[in-house]
Amino acid sequence: MGSHAVFGEMVNLMRTICAAAIAILIGGYVGLAQVNNEAPEGVELTGNWVSRNNTEFNTNLHRAYDFLGMPLNDAAKAWALSHSEEQASEPERQCAFYTSTYFPFGFAPLPMWKETELRTGSTVAWVVGGWLDVVPMVIWMDGRPHPSAYAPHSAAGFTTGVWENDVLTTYTTHMIANLLHRRGPHSDLATMTLRFSRHADILSLTGRIDDPVYLSEPLYASREWQFSSVPVNRSAVPCNVAYEGVREGTVPHYRPGQNPFVEETTRLWGIPLEAVQGGAETIYPEYRKKLRDKYVRPEKCVSNDVELAAGGCGGPGRLQPVIN
Amino acid sequence: MKLLTGIVGAAAVVLMLHHPAYAQRGRGAAATFPTGKPGAPFDPSGYWVSLITNNWRFRMVPPAKGDYAGIPISMAGKKLADAWDPTQDEATGNQCKHYGAASIMYQPTRLHITWQDDNTLRVDTDAGTQTRVFQFPSTGSGQAARAAAPGKRTWQGNSSAVWEARRANNPEASARYLKVTTTNMLAGYLRKNGVPYGESAVLTEYFDLFQERDGTTMMFVTAVVQDPVYLEQRYIVISHFRKEPDGSKWDPTPCSARW
Repeated sequence: MGSHAVFGEMVNLMRTICAAAIAILIGGYVGLAQVNNEAPEGVELTGNWVSRNNTEFNTNLHRAYDFLGMPLNDAAKAWALSHSEEQASEPERQCAFYTSTYFPFGFAPLPMWKETELRTGSTVAWVVGGWLDVVPMVIWMDGRPHPSAYAPHSAAGFTTGVWENDVLTTYTTHMIANLLHRRGPHSDLATMTLRFSRHADILSLTGRIDDPVYLSEPLYASREWQFSSVPVNRSAVPCNVAYEGVREGTVPHYRPGQNPFVEETTRLWGIPLEAVQGGAETIYPEYRKKLRDKYVRPEKCVSNDVELAAGGCGGPGRLQPVIN
Repeated sequence: MKLLTGIVGAAAVVLMLHHPAYAQRGRGAAATFPTGKPGAPFDPSGYWVSLITNNWRFRMVPPAKGDYAGIPISMAGKKLADAWDPTQDEATGNQCKHYGAASIMYQPTRLHITWQDDNTLRVDTDAGTQTRVFQFPSTGSGQAARAAAPGKRTWQGNSSAVWEARRANNPEASARYLKVTTTNMLAGYLRKNGVPYGESAVLTEYFDLFQERDGTTMMFVTAVVQDPVYLEQRYIVISHFRKEPDGSKWDPTPCSARW
């Protein structure tokens, strides 16, 4: 064997070794990425989580025109002025469900479980259970990509998840245009990032919602949850359409200047309308300087009828304890 | 053969570096139990601004007297809250009752967080011009610093800090968050309208720091207040802070009993 042949064999050997090393690197990396999608041993999210409701009970629910703390842009503010709550009673919308953006605002129980591949036991998805008018959220953990931008949208949207530093981090796209927690709008371009961060028996659920159509900057929302040993309702009851006062084919709305609820929050709490409308400026500490001369603190706490039914101004015994 | 060994070795190193557990250790969790600045899994230092996107009406403006919505107030707490009188607080020099540790992080405020030394994290707030001091243990015992002699009660109390493992059964491989426990506080207000916490209250806080897709750095503080006298159960709220590039918007203001 000549020196050229020996050199050639060495080159082939090196090629083979390099190819093997690259294969190990790629294969190993992919393998580890899959491992990364399994819940870290010792971090358990499975179970029933109950909202503590120390963050205002069902934020913005009780007033038809209350966008405090929401960075709405001008388009969203215009939308809000024309929006009527009665739209929820349209036969076409009664069973439409709220989108996944409801979770970081919501007060409903948060049952969580994982779906596994039967043969290997690997985690395919986490599921956050639905509740009445909230659609369940499936969090795909198997590395599948988000669909094309033109793929069909749904209330749940399409959600993928990864474990980042032992925190389940999810990303949701493909939601239909809907309500940003019952009051404000979000478009079908909205996206949401959630982080499920467990601290002992407390689950801190923090969310970021981006929407190029209706938000001028990201909206952060969070809820505090506590682990409960008592099973919670994890399935929505079947939705039946019934007449709720709105005829099929009609869309209740308000014409410019005719929304009767615009002044309600100001009347109740003395908060100026410019803050009630929301907007990015209103969420920063320096905005208090603008408020100081405009805000009039009511002498005593008052509520509207909807709030009274939900506990009004609060008090001893109003918040139910969570059973561990 | 050396070539083969080298390549396989390099591959192994690359694989290890990509593995989350090793990546985590590389950021400071290699010691049995990390502590203080050398063991920090993330750096909380810098300027932060609170984003008031929840409970706005309780935080941005002083709510009406008797508005306890969302707080598991007890009968004893209600009695005190119903007697709230900001004029009296001003007359007795207690304007800072709503700026104590149990409520200061929930205020509209900016934070300036610095390492005072390797075992001491300092948090300044421009709202009320308050200073909190988080004391880490001097050794890596994994336990919070043993409380020094409690000393005189203050608005901010005594805070012990630890990098707590998320994985209870495997702390060495675990990611960590900052847990701070505060006691020895002066009695203060959870809400500007006089909803009280007492001297026996214990505040536990969990600090999470996350990097967003657009490069934004966010810090979420989950605060848990336990008060056997004025609360019927734990009171838990989450504050959102976004990191700022500098202190150009830092705006110290004094305590106010009314605003």
